[in-house]
Amino acid sequence: MALLQITEPGMSAAPHQHKLAVGIDLGTTNSLVATVRNGIAVVLSDENGRGLLPSIVHYKPDGGVDVGYAAQGAQATDPRNTIVSVKRFMGRGLKDVSHIESMPYDFLDAEGMVRLRTVAGVKSPVEVSADILRVLRVRAEASLGGDLVGAVITVPAYFDDAQRQATKDAAKLAGLNVLRLLNEPTAAAIAYGLDNASEGVYAVFDLGGGTFDISILKLSRGVFEVLATNGDAALGGDDFDQRVYCWILDDAKIRFPSIEDTRRLLLKAREAKEMLTSHDEAPIHAELGTGEQVDLTLKIETFADMTKTLISKTLGPTRKALRDAGLTVDDIKGVVMVGGATRMPQVQRAVAEYFRQEPLTNLDPEKVVALGAAMQANVLAGNRAGADDWLLLDVIPLSLGLETMGGLTEKVIPRNSTIPIAKAQEFTTFKDGQTAMSFHVVQGERELIADCRSLAKFELRGIPPMVAGAARIRVTFQVDADGLLAVSAREMTSGVEASISVKPSYGLSDDEIAGMLKESIEHVGDDVQARNLREQQVEAQRLVEAVEAALAADGRLLRAGERADIDEEIASLRKRIAGSDHRAIKAGIDSLNAATQDFAARRMDQGIKRALTGQKIVEFKI
Amino acid sequence: MTVTLTERAAKHVANFIAKRGKGVGVRIGVKTSGCSGMSYKLEFADEAAPEDLVFESHGVKVLVDPKSLPYVDGTELDFAREGLNEGFKFNNPNVKDQCGCGESFNV
Repeated sequence: MALLQITEPGMSAAPHQHKLAVGIDLGTTNSLVATVRNGIAVVLSDENGRGLLPSIVHYKPDGGVDVGYAAQGAQATDPRNTIVSVKRFMGRGLKDVSHIESMPYDFLDAEGMVRLRTVAGVKSPVEVSADILRVLRVRAEASLGGDLVGAVITVPAYFDDAQRQATKDAAKLAGLNVLRLLNEPTAAAIAYGLDNASEGVYAVFDLGGGTFDISILKLSRGVFEVLATNGDAALGGDDFDQRVYCWILDDAKIRFPSIEDTRRLLLKAREAKEMLTSHDEAPIHAELGTGEQVDLTLKIETFADMTKTLISKTLGPTRKALRDAGLTVDDIKGVVMVGGATRMPQVQRAVAEYFRQEPLTNLDPEKVVALGAAMQANVLAGNRAGADDWLLLDVIPLSLGLETMGGLTEKVIPRNSTIPIAKAQEFTTFKDGQTAMSFHVVQGERELIADCRSLAKFELRGIPPMVAGAARIRVTFQVDADGLLAVSAREMTSGVEASISVKPSYGLSDDEIAGMLKESIEHVGDDVQARNLREQQVEAQRLVEAVEAALAADGRLLRAGERADIDEEIASLRKRIAGSDHRAIKAGIDSLNAATQDFAARRMDQGIKRALTGQKIVEFKI
Repeated sequence: MTVTLTERAAKHVANFIAKRGKGVGVRIGVKTSGCSGMSYKLEFADEAAPEDLVFESHGVKVLVDPKSLPYVDGTELDFAREGLNEGFKFNNPNVKDQCGCGESFNV
């Protein structure tokens, strides 16, 4: 006899037609799966009643795989084959991973994404994540008594295309149909917003195991809008463990810990940190592989002191997010705390001080993201009546644009635009008779291409030959609800078309993502300078080419003296193009323009004369 | 003529309604569909329709529309756990045969 759940009025499913959908929080430290059951979002537990699944995967020599608590023990005994915090490697190259020296893995720098050599073979972070997701899928299917129609999987708001794509790939590999990727803070807001039906502007402060995200969200009449997001893709609870670990090494005078000891002491460091949430001091006992005893006591003051800089690192992005949203601390109606690390009293205190109000903690900060994702999955699977349907708006974290002549960025979709979104812009050809155009899609805030992130390149061929500037090429940028980009270009007169789905070019470093925004603010002055210079250089180059073409065609219209003057002007402008003074180039352009004015007039006359020669006056309609 | 909830089922229904924040009770009914002719309807009830029959069981209202009643008369709704799965179970004396999983049935 099947077990039934109570549904919303009018939403009873036909037999065998239950639309089972789950929300999954694929976390750095812990992962969870939740669903909406009998109208309520609940986290699904394993057979021991534990909701959290530690994001740990242990590969065994016999090809077996342990995930979660079963793999936890192997951290100390078999660290090389026990992968923790794999989320940090998703869509990342070797050079982008911080603290690599203290990681016990056998890394392999592969094309795009780092690989890990284990006893069970070489594993990509996507495969390791898929192993975690598979356990959650099996748990969900056992708990719900049927196959899942799909899952909503959460990702940090700061995840770029490469990381989002890697997450989707992992889900597919685990046999999950991804209904949507959802930003973690947005999921938290869903959990809070719907449960408490509050309206206003909220900040979501998410300090997880490996990532920090701050989001400014506006909730009104059931509509969620993300006003701004910011964060640090390389800051989280793990860093607090790392600090304590370094303190242990320092205090116990351990010079070169073995891989096993490193793992053991990191575990001890985490335990001490967690204990300090409710105690004033935490004892740290450990026996090292050498038989050496570690026996220390970590006082809360010492801990607060050594992690002060980590906490203050959260406030920079917080300030920026508020500024991006055009808001001040006074506009924030509430602060939602997400992530296990926000249980630390020091974090809560710092947040309360900054926002001048106590943060909301009435939902479990470790479960809130999964619960929100489950609610979203429930809606997307069609298990809610239409009347109280709600819309979800999300934003892209960095502007998307194209490279234009001279290595400049033309932004097509500005950052913080709500998605899904489509925007089109028209471009034209630079040279006479140009029949192809190459498009370089970039992401970033800076004015120069070199400072932005390259996403993709493609070419549009078969443009009919026309004079420079006559072709109309419409470029459309489309970002879907998952934040993934498709770009197409179409020449309007001939209809030739080319398009590309942005294949993630894996490997943007953590620092880069966080740093890109910072740089764009710091370099506003430089960038304006650089843009001015490049614009003038491009303009000057265009003019020189045009004049030279005209000289080649109609040079005989000039007297020797005039010709020499123009040649001199061209030479002078060429010299200035090579320099870096945009004003000098502008002056050179004006001067060459002036010097060629008569020449241009004569060419025009000649053109008219040529057109009129041999024509009878009556043949002209005036 | 009666439809009842076990005490355990009633406790869960009351709990779900409280968390949901609205609802007068639970609606039980049948729909004609499925591989064995009929299937159950189990929904939150936001309001009682005038023709509804209302039973009360351990403090929880059970609403049944008159057309469904003959098929579910005498049913006891229980809450059960099977492995990781949990949910409501219909103990319906009218059922003659049902499909393998019991989601649809015949009277």
